[in-house]
Amino acid sequence: MHLKKIAEILDAEILFEPPESQLEITSACGADLMSDVMAFSKDNTLLLTGLIHPQVIRTAEMLDIKAVAFVRGKMPSEQVMELAKEKGIAVLATKEPMFVACGRLYNAGINGRGAGC
Amino acid sequence: MPNTLRLHYEIPGDDFTYAGEASSCVKKTLGRLGINPSVIKKVSIAMYEAEINAVIHAGGGSADVEINQQKIIVKISDSGPGIPDLELAMKEGYSTAPDHIREMGFGAGMGLPNIKKNADNLQIETEVGKGTTVTIEVFLQ
Repeated sequence: MHLKKIAEILDAEILFEPPESQLEITSACGADLMSDVMAFSKDNTLLLTGLIHPQVIRTAEMLDIKAVAFVRGKMPSEQVMELAKEKGIAVLATKEPMFVACGRLYNAGINGRGAGC
Repeated sequence: MPNTLRLHYEIPGDDFTYAGEASSCVKKTLGRLGINPSVIKKVSIAMYEAEINAVIHAGGGSADVEINQQKIIVKISDSGPGIPDLELAMKEGYSTAPDHIREMGFGAGMGLPNIKKNADNLQIETEVGKGTTVTIEVFLQ
């Protein structure tokens, strides 16, 4: 699923999308615990999280996570955005809480199985 | 690719924001060398966990990486407090991380088990009051 479709489903703002990216998300992972993300995440994943620390982006980089969606109305700092741009990781922000955001994506077919976590 | 490539990084311990920079550099280098993506992922996750641990528990340290024709060897060394009970530290969920680290989504007691899961060989040398050296090996095939 393309990033713009994900943003539409989550009623999210795309804060950054890597230039000329053909981002195709096939799975999603909702977590506020980066340790869990590192233990279970898979490929072509969108990470949904309420944490806005730069280590979220670094964790995403290590796991080849293509996009991060900040939930619950959290807005990342300039430092986080700079890091995301440097690493080429797309960033979205939605006011929806984690449960609702995950539920919407699940309903839309991003079920977390297969390539997901 | 030369027979053996050696890389060295200092891991600063004063700012958690920069934890992971050495792992990021290694990941990029492995990508440029054309290493298999699944191998890169294993190395990246294991090294990142070990790097984070050095920052959280030991105020930083250093990373030495060797890439040869057979495997990638990552050695993370610190001069921190050491691990008093290594068997306990290897258990999922056991953690001595402070609250401010947990609030950032780390320190859940998954680090060492996750390193073990991603490494083909793992060696941990630790001495209380002296420090810890974690050696991770991942085979190229």
